Amino acid sequence: MRIVVTVKFVPDLQSTRSFTEGTVTRTADDGTMNELDENAVEAALLLREALPEGECEVFALTVGGADAVAAVRKALQLGVDHAVHVSDEGIAGSDVFGTSRVLAGAVRKIAETGAVDLVLTGMAALDGLTSMLPTALADELDIAQLTLASSLEVADGAATIVRHLPDAHETLTAKLPALVSVTDEANKPRYPNFKLIMAARSKPVATWTLADIGIDPASVGAIASRTTVVDASPRPPRENRVVVTDTGDGGTQLAAFLIERGLA
Amino acid sequence: MTATVAVLVEHRGDEIAQPTLEALTLARTIGTPVAVWLGADPTDEAVAELGVYGAEEVRVFAIGDRARHAKTAAAALAAATGDAKLVLMVSTFVNKEIAAHLALATGAGVVVDAAGAELVDGRIEAHQNVFAATWNVRTRINADRAIVAVRPNTTQAAVADNAGAAEVVGILAALPELRETMVSVTPVEREEGVPLSEASVVVAGGRGTSGDYTLVRELADVLGAAVGASRDATDEGWIGHEHMVGQTGVTVTPALYVACGISGAVHHRGGMQASGTVVAVNIDPDAPIFEIADFGVVGDLNDVLPQAIAALAAHRAQ
Repeated sequence: MRIVVTVKFVPDLQSTRSFTEGTVTRTADDGTMNELDENAVEAALLLREALPEGECEVFALTVGGADAVAAVRKALQLGVDHAVHVSDEGIAGSDVFGTSRVLAGAVRKIAETGAVDLVLTGMAALDGLTSMLPTALADELDIAQLTLASSLEVADGAATIVRHLPDAHETLTAKLPALVSVTDEANKPRYPNFKLIMAARSKPVATWTLADIGIDPASVGAIASRTTVVDASPRPPRENRVVVTDTGDGGTQLAAFLIERGLA
Repeated sequence: MTATVAVLVEHRGDEIAQPTLEALTLARTIGTPVAVWLGADPTDEAVAELGVYGAEEVRVFAIGDRARHAKTAAAALAAATGDAKLVLMVSTFVNKEIAAHLALATGAGVVVDAAGAELVDGRIEAHQNVFAATWNVRTRINADRAIVAVRPNTTQAAVADNAGAAEVVGILAALPELRETMVSVTPVEREEGVPLSEASVVVAGGRGTSGDYTLVRELADVLGAAVGASRDATDEGWIGHEHMVGQTGVTVTPALYVACGISGAVHHRGGMQASGTVVAVNIDPDAPIFEIADFGVVGDLNDVLPQAIAALAAHRAQ
């Protein structure tokens, strides 16, 4: 079985996140692999470990500028076998549809050396959190999609997931090849160990351009984006904030605040 | 003639979700609203309610349970909205998938998790609060057709001034073959009251409750609020995962958010920071939740909440 896991380079949640000229500011200093992609990497590693040694290969795939290689390096530290970084000036400013076109091109190129059975993604990226990418990527690849999996089983050439929606719990199944997006309920991601961190340093990362994966630059990037950020500004901090220490009437003060604001 | 603005109706059986009425209210500010109803046929009452909020038509595609498949729902929606400049829907995980399919099928541009939308020089512009609501972003949709998924509680629902009866229009079209098979669907028992994501008041409890939600629920009762929780609390199994407020759980934007014994980790703030007024009770004066609280009480919630509940109940009885 061959599995491709898509991983995204995002600003660290704990850092101050911002916009520069309409796009999310991304720098290696405070950037990392999207935390929710760790669940996708973990799902791939669990599937590999359930199979006899050598019967499953896991590829980590990312798209982005030079810094984005940090995302696949992190995946290598966690134990994936191969890393691919698609980087090209033409990609800058892509919307979710441009990004999925690029990812699909890279998956097809990986498939040239052997069919890809499963594409795994996180449920969303914690920077944009649009969560449309898994759907768009599966549509581009024209394969089955099982999204928001809180559990995943692969057996007899089919993937089966359970997903928890607000109104119902669903069990869905599809024949491979398929794309599966996993939630943070699906598993508990491992921590990289020292041995893997050292081994990851010497593992190669394949770097591909748009030409390498046969994608027309005019079909991606800012030029093809269906949306443009026209204004981005930090929200003003909340004003007139009050914090009191309870000395016996904290609850009464709280109630008085709500009543005065017309909220009770 | 104004642009057609289609609104995908969110409903459970015949009950129309409040955010759909908000979306219809928003739609009226942009063009001529039409409602799109997928699933079993709506009742006359449901059609009437959509009309009261300004829908000129209710386009019904009776696809039954197949509406559970995002791809099928998107194809049905595409068939029903060929004339629409803008398709509005409520921002849920499933609807974002529908939006992605619809966009790929029609070439439309999409903005999800929006706080509003308007027509500017013939193009739809949407606004969002991003990065845990620390930034305001305005996005123009360059494509001729737009899809905007709006968060609950971002528009105040109001009935239309000159509401007439909505006309029911049946829609039929070929639907795509699916590669995915639904093996089983187990409905989630719905709690009494307003769903968390739609509530205008939310009272949430975290680690500070030590697993006892009695006071949190009592405060929620007296405020008419839905009950939320932090990730700590759902991970401990103190309360169901569906109560988790946070970046990967439920995103809430109520007029009032009361955080009880919640430290305010970045993941939690990402799910509630766009709330109108934030009130926090926490024993730790350094808890990050106080940085975003309009009113905070440093204290033991077992002391503070009973007193607040009593005072609010007394106020209510007046």
